[in-house]
Amino acid sequence: MRVLLVDDESELVSALAERLSFRGIEADWSSKCYDALTQMERKKYDLAVLDMKMPKMNGIELKKKMQEKFPDMKFIFMTGHGSEDNYRAGSAEAGADYFLVKPVDIDTLVEKMNEVLHK
Amino acid sequence: MGQKPYIMAEAGLQFFGKISASISHEIKNVLAIINENAGLLDDFTLMAAKGMAINPDRLKTMAVKVMEQIGRADGIIKNMNKFAHSADDPIKGINLADTLELIRSLSGRFASMRGITLAPVHHANPTAVTTMPFFLENIIWLCLDFAMDTAGAGKTVGLACEETKDGARIKFSRLEALGEKTVDMFPTETEKALLDVLKAEVLIDLEAGEIILNLPKNIEA
Repeated sequence: MRVLLVDDESELVSALAERLSFRGIEADWSSKCYDALTQMERKKYDLAVLDMKMPKMNGIELKKKMQEKFPDMKFIFMTGHGSEDNYRAGSAEAGADYFLVKPVDIDTLVEKMNEVLHK
Repeated sequence: MGQKPYIMAEAGLQFFGKISASISHEIKNVLAIINENAGLLDDFTLMAAKGMAINPDRLKTMAVKVMEQIGRADGIIKNMNKFAHSADDPIKGINLADTLELIRSLSGRFASMRGITLAPVHHANPTAVTTMPFFLENIIWLCLDFAMDTAGAGKTVGLACEETKDGARIKFSRLEALGEKTVDMFPTETEKALLDVLKAEVLIDLEAGEIILNLPKNIEA
């Protein structure tokens, strides 16, 4: 499984990527949306985990751009926002395969990644 | 009774809500980073139990990251506390530079989301005014919000305050995109109600690309 994690909090995604690698998941990360798009040109990913609120481009816009190039890619959104219901509805509307609220539980994340990729 | 109290109450609640939501979002991010570093530590402990060596430098790096995030959260909460207490006294003597700096800090995430940089507050001396602190913060926030909208992504908004002959002023500068069209949109009825109660005025200098907020030295005088 190849995963790309995108969040403007680099300390968060770098640690998360390392923890996923300990669980046998090949995880790369980016703290900038445009860098993430460039990264995708170089390597094929099965799934992206995207923060919903990021500078310059939000997670929904980034997903659209990623999906234009890689229609089979799966997506999980995450957010630090408290209004979970709004974001759950918003992310479902945007076609996310799953939605998580920060702080993320690593076991739940891995479980959902497997579910999303095998459904 | 006129509409003004309702407009101001609505503006105040919206302001308080937006700032509180932004603070909670920032704290959630800090907690998420601490959570991942604690998780990494846990992963390393499990690996050590299986006989893998742990690099002490790696552990030190994680400890430093956690301490940095605690410092970040402490700063966020200090600002939140200052902001919450600004509604304690209806009228109070304040240092305008401190208030402007507080709103600048509280607006950091809004600026970053728009790809905008807020320049450090420029001020020569402490600028003391007696005013209504919460309403002042509200109007500064609204001016800054409009300034950020006007500036657009990739730009820097300048912030300065200084004493004037009969009071003080705040300048929001480097707004090259200010034009007749945008000026028509500001100030709205909400800003006008706040300006009225603060005995303040907003001037827009299209040539200089500045929004100027003039305040009296003492609102009670």
